[in-house]
Amino acid sequence: MAIEILMPALSPTMTEGKLARWLKKEGEKIASGDVIAEIETDKATMEVEAVDEGVLGRIFVPEGTEGVAVNTPIAVLVEEGEAVPEASSAQPNEAPSSSKAAAPVTAMPAPLAAQTSAPAVNKGTRVFASPLAKRIAKDAGLDLTTIKGTGPHGRIVKKDVEAAKSAGPAQAMASAAPVGGTTAHPLSTMRKVIARRLSESKSTIPHFYVSVDVQLDALLALRTQLNAASPEEGPDAFKLSVNDMLIKAAAVTLRRVKGVNVSFTDDAILEYNDVDISVAVSIPDGLITPIIRQADRKSLREISVEMKDLAKRARAGKLKPEEFQGGSFSVSNMGMFGVSSFSAIINPPQAAILAIAAGEKRPVVKADGSLGVGTVMTTTLSVDHRAIDGALAAQWTKAFRDVVENPITLVI
Amino acid sequence: MSTTDFDLIVVGGGPGGYVAALRAAQLKLSVAVVEANHLGGICLNWGCIPTKALLRASEINHLLHDLGQFGFTVDNPRFDFGKVIGRSRAVSKQLSSGVAHLLKKAKVPVFDGFGKLAGVEGKKRKVEVALKDGKSVTLKAPHVILATGARARVLPGLEPDGKFVWSYREALVPDELPKRLLVIGSGAIGTEFASFYRNMGSEVTLVEVADRVLPVEDEDISKLARTAFEKQGMKILTGAKLGPLKKSDKDVTVEIEVGGKKETITIDRVISAVGIVGNVEKLGLEGTKIVVDRTHVVTDELCRTGEAGVYAIGDLAGAPWLAHKASHEAVMCVEAIAGLHVHPIDVTKIPGCTYCRPQVASVGYTEAKAKAAGYEVRVGRFPFIGNGKAIAMGEPEGLVKVVFDAKTGELLGAHMIGAEVTEMIQGYVIARTGELTEAELKETIFPHPTISESMHEAVLAAYGGALHF
Ligand SMILES: Cc1cc2nc3c(=O)[nH]c(=O)nc-3n(C[C@H](O)[C@H](O)[C@H](O)COP(=O)(O)OP(=O)(O)OC[C@H]3O[C@@H](n4cnc5c(N)ncnc54)[C@H](O)[C@@H]3O)c2cc1C
Repeated sequence: MAIEILMPALSPTMTEGKLARWLKKEGEKIASGDVIAEIETDKATMEVEAVDEGVLGRIFVPEGTEGVAVNTPIAVLVEEGEAVPEASSAQPNEAPSSSKAAAPVTAMPAPLAAQTSAPAVNKGTRVFASPLAKRIAKDAGLDLTTIKGTGPHGRIVKKDVEAAKSAGPAQAMASAAPVGGTTAHPLSTMRKVIARRLSESKSTIPHFYVSVDVQLDALLALRTQLNAASPEEGPDAFKLSVNDMLIKAAAVTLRRVKGVNVSFTDDAILEYNDVDISVAVSIPDGLITPIIRQADRKSLREISVEMKDLAKRARAGKLKPEEFQGGSFSVSNMGMFGVSSFSAIINPPQAAILAIAAGEKRPVVKADGSLGVGTVMTTTLSVDHRAIDGALAAQWTKAFRDVVENPITLVI
Repeated sequence: MSTTDFDLIVVGGGPGGYVAALRAAQLKLSVAVVEANHLGGICLNWGCIPTKALLRASEINHLLHDLGQFGFTVDNPRFDFGKVIGRSRAVSKQLSSGVAHLLKKAKVPVFDGFGKLAGVEGKKRKVEVALKDGKSVTLKAPHVILATGARARVLPGLEPDGKFVWSYREALVPDELPKRLLVIGSGAIGTEFASFYRNMGSEVTLVEVADRVLPVEDEDISKLARTAFEKQGMKILTGAKLGPLKKSDKDVTVEIEVGGKKETITIDRVISAVGIVGNVEKLGLEGTKIVVDRTHVVTDELCRTGEAGVYAIGDLAGAPWLAHKASHEAVMCVEAIAGLHVHPIDVTKIPGCTYCRPQVASVGYTEAKAKAAGYEVRVGRFPFIGNGKAIAMGEPEGLVKVVFDAKTGELLGAHMIGAEVTEMIQGYVIARTGELTEAELKETIFPHPTISESMHEAVLAAYGGALHF
């Protein structure tokens, strides 16, 4: 039976989107789990995965079409040898109940990644494992697809997972894929998304980098002062982190240098009205970028509370799509790992990302010209040269340094 | 009948042996059964089944004396003890002939006689059968399953004497109801007889060397069982040391020491239920590589003995001495012989039931054993008093206890006492076998009103709180 593939909704509020790209051609064989197309809204890009298998019979909506309403049939999947319907049967917005061949999978502000709890992450092959085996594997971080089941009908049972656990990862894989001297760890859906999106970003966006050293002492002093003002406990208590303050600093800077808060498209450079900061949070097997919306208008305390909540839910895989899809600018902070400098890959369709390294004690020249010791961090802005030129990037980094070094701006 | 060559010979026709033969026939193996006494073995003839028939009668007797709570008045309820025993025998007979019928239908020849291993000829093993009519026949097959079962252990001084001292055999076919009865041993068998006779009206003393009754069960269950038995008027002595029996021509006197205190009791009959020993004698095991350890044949996890092509299953192969263990081993062993992929038995997934009143049923680790095995446990308990059906049935005494691995949510063990628990334990056995965690058990919808709801509640109790208690 022919199964129509519908335009998926990226978020509960999405009504239409752009069919950015077809990744399969008419007549191509599709396995369930294959990524068949990409959908874009102004805020995010999402992959469409096939839920059923068959042959891509006909594409109704050509790639590049904008304003495709949610639930419009965009293509039809047929069985091999089956006649292909000429046109779609359903009117837009009238979803026939059997039209479920596609599922939105990996919503994705890349570089950062899809969420594990995204709807219908379907690897195509079903793994048969007992609930207990699944839980032990999850707790041990073992991939069930690499474990051989010895239970009824090859079902993976506790014993198998425990054997794999004690054998270590290399052993667990040995039966599945012994490749010379290496051990193959199959890619998770998230890892695939990260790989694809970052390659795409790095190969299609002409990146360039602007670094600036920023002295942190004033900001650290302000932080101590502000945190001292927090009530001991209770709902109003807060504890600002340096990162919370840098998020705000980036937001304030973007408000001042609006030309960096943009996206490049073929027709126009889109300048965002809001400053929505995507903040990279590392999670098991990848990372995700929850968003602090309108960060320039929020108080440090609001940002701090919101960030804590977002990071916690990100690690638990409990973010809602709209909480990590979109964003106009990204911040990636590796200060806690003690790195002295790094540069990040742009998170499309954004045009810039700020990489923050660790604050270190370094010699500094003070205002009076004497030499002293200060806490200094190196920040690197990666920019999309198609939208932003060097002078603008330099202007932004200078403005950012000014904000951080005169942090009173963050509280007024 | 001329055929003496088979793919498989099964020695012993109990729940181990006859099930092995039926499964082998299903798998198109040519198979024969050798049975010295009665098809169905101990289980159908002298064990599981006739005891359950008796316990049903004693439960009815109890109910007849407890009718008031349901609004009934029955004057002077009586029973004919001979008929009670007669019914139990009839039930055994019906089932034993049922086994004969099943084997016939499966075209499995049965040799009525005593079988023993008798060497090898080519690639085949020989089994010599001393037939009941005095003749003998030699059967040959590449595979032989020994399923000769077990019998009551006889302790010196407690030998069945045809009069005062009984093993389970005599206890199943008494001439009359003993007025005063001593039961030695509070394992499943001793406890069931104690319960039967007490509920029929005997004065029963149950003695146990261990510090609690039903010592293999969870301690909470032992405690509740003891309370319930004592409420029924049973006398229970644990940690007890038994002196020699002093028999007169009418009765028996014995001194029992508990915690340094001695007391002397006089009884009319004594049931010795102090364990069982495997039937390893005269099986032709001498001179083979088959190892016997304390009356049981030593096997590997697939029931193979030290001698290639010879297998041992059921009571002969050791604990737990349960009919369903014997039958399961039978199926596994035959399937392995037929080349199918099999799964070794995990004893922590074998349920055990005792059909006393109140019933007791369990599977897996007790709380103490789980802790001893190094598990960090989460325990849930739910008493029947919080269960609507139990109260409606007039059976408010009971408990369900579950033991989970706190780390993984694995159901390590489940322990129940109360009405119908022997019919309910399978729910937890499925959970354990299917490796369900607390999550699936919590999500399972139990029918209302049933006593089984308390199984759900016990799980909830282990994870944050039962709803009805
Ligand atoms: C009183 C009592 C109550 C019990 N209640 C329960 C219960 O409720 N639930 C439960 O699960 N278990 C119960 N059991 C235990 C159960 O009966 C045994 O576990 C079960 O019968 C074991 O099965 P089997 O096939 O290994 O041996 P058996 O049932 O003992 O069968 C062995 C058979 O082999 C025959 N045989 C022996 N030697 C030879 C030979 N050399 N040649 C030919 N034939 C031979 C015997 O005659 C016998 O028929 C009870 C036991 C007793 C005594």
